[in-house]
Amino acid sequence: MIGETYALTVREVKKWIREPILLFMMIIQPVVWLGLFGKAFNLTGLVSIPPEILQQFPPEVTTQIAVIFNEIIGRIFGGTMDYFTYMAAGMLSVIILFTSMFSGMSVIWDRRFGFLNKLLVAPIARGSIVIAKVSSSVIRGMFQAALVFSIAFALGLQIGDAFNIFDLVGIFAGLFLLSIGLSSLFLALTIRIKSWETHGAVVNLINLPLMFASNALFPIKQMPSWLQPIANINPISYASDLVRTFILHSSSVALDISKMTLDFEVLIGFAVSFSLIGIILAEKALRKS
Amino acid sequence: MAVIETKDLTKVFGKIVAVDRISFTVEEGEIFGFLGPNGAGKTTTINMLTTLMNPTEGTAKIFGMDVVKDANKVRNVIGLVPQDLTVDEDLTGMENMELQASLYHVPKDIAKKRIDEVLSLVELKEAAKRKVETYSGGMRKRLEIAQGLIHHPKLLFLDEPTLGLDVQTRTVIWDYIKKLKEEHEMTIFMTTHYMEEADALCDRIAIIDYGKIKVSGKPKELKDNLGGDIIELALPYNSRDITEAIATIPYVLDVKRKSETYRIKVAKGEEALPDIIERILKMNLKVSKVSLTKPTLDQVYLEYTGRSLRETEGSREEVWRARRNIRRLRR
Repeated sequence: MIGETYALTVREVKKWIREPILLFMMIIQPVVWLGLFGKAFNLTGLVSIPPEILQQFPPEVTTQIAVIFNEIIGRIFGGTMDYFTYMAAGMLSVIILFTSMFSGMSVIWDRRFGFLNKLLVAPIARGSIVIAKVSSSVIRGMFQAALVFSIAFALGLQIGDAFNIFDLVGIFAGLFLLSIGLSSLFLALTIRIKSWETHGAVVNLINLPLMFASNALFPIKQMPSWLQPIANINPISYASDLVRTFILHSSSVALDISKMTLDFEVLIGFAVSFSLIGIILAEKALRKS
Repeated sequence: MAVIETKDLTKVFGKIVAVDRISFTVEEGEIFGFLGPNGAGKTTTINMLTTLMNPTEGTAKIFGMDVVKDANKVRNVIGLVPQDLTVDEDLTGMENMELQASLYHVPKDIAKKRIDEVLSLVELKEAAKRKVETYSGGMRKRLEIAQGLIHHPKLLFLDEPTLGLDVQTRTVIWDYIKKLKEEHEMTIFMTTHYMEEADALCDRIAIIDYGKIKVSGKPKELKDNLGGDIIELALPYNSRDITEAIATIPYVLDVKRKSETYRIKVAKGEEALPDIIERILKMNLKVSKVSLTKPTLDQVYLEYTGRSLRETEGSREEVWRARRNIRRLRR
């Protein structure tokens, strides 16, 4: 079981790293995203006051206004001053979401080309086919998240002054769990689908709501009241929240341990339950009538 | 013990009965061929025998193991070379082989030797380091065959092994198949719709059409059983039916008519032919075409499926549609 799962995972990873265009796109995509969402929609810029107005006030009033504004922005974005940092933290979860959706895609390819039949004729556990798909998708996701993190850092991500190696490990642990859950979810959803077109439609239907109904790009508090409950059960919100807490780790503010524990609990629950559901559904789908 | 034994094996897709109550046995060490037109149910049968699909009804046993209940045990002893090319294009030939070896739990040290052995059998050793996407169709098929052999299966399934290959490559593949049987004492179950392929390779064949086995036996026996030569003749368009008249001529055993074309089975073709033509001319009719053939497996096929090649050509769209339907339902 372990031998064949490993062999199948290696196959997927080999296929992936040998595609130069894919690698290139993988590097370009986060730059475009971070640039577009982070730098172009500078939400904090919306609530700043133009300097010519500020100059009309005496200096002490200006400082007070600055304090009030910082407070407002701090409340909205949870302590981050600039939207880029806020969004870059969320973008790590979003990139996981987008890499996970390909986990189901590769099953469709394998089915179309008959490769899946070859696996089904072999004396291997059906589960190993599924686990190999999920693990290769997780590996891809982790790799891409690491890339996004480095690019965001280069583009001016502001990390807290107490940020250390444990925070970094924490970030990737959270993303790892999110990636397992999402890859299994997409695999379970698409394993019965036979065409790329249907796959695209199904995935897009889920992808965008999952991304926008979360605090990845926008704070939940600022969402309409009907959307808030949805965003509050979205695992991407918990992952983004966790990543953000780790990134902003500062010596002056104590870490909210209870909130972080909750984030981890939700993510572990999500990963475990969805990988089980994924494996069960996939095994069923692979066993033909 | 029979290598394959099926009893009333049936597969129904919606309303289409793809395989209809077929029962047959395959003995150890023989090459057994399933011969039939496209969409006859050959691949569906293979899919059931190789555990890819559960039968709707009936049973199939491989070395006494049930294909449904002991599926995993069956998988250990069989190899499948599918009709489609399923080798992974993005990997090299060697990597494809290594992957296959791990899927069949062949230990690393043994795998290395085996890969070497099967790759030299199919003459792909030199190309093994190249990505499969640079391979020709024939090379891919050979790699596919090598993959099917990696775990030294006792029973090998070949689904249309030479479909879409050029004549030269086809002959090469035939040689491999013969070598396999002789050197490894392997039992081989193959499907084909090439008459000459079945004739050249198979110890025994079964002709399958519309999901049913029409006849089975040794190719030579089947040819002999035809009991004579075949005269095929055509009259001009709109001529009247002369079946009865021909049937009374000496040596004529059987007459089948398809519009203006007659297939006449005769004991002694050379002697009967002049009589037949004379009789037709006497009836004030003309003969527009005539041919005399000695039995071939082709004739056996026509005899039992009642379809001529021309007819198959004409209904290609129908066959294609039936196939597409079955494929869709199968997914």
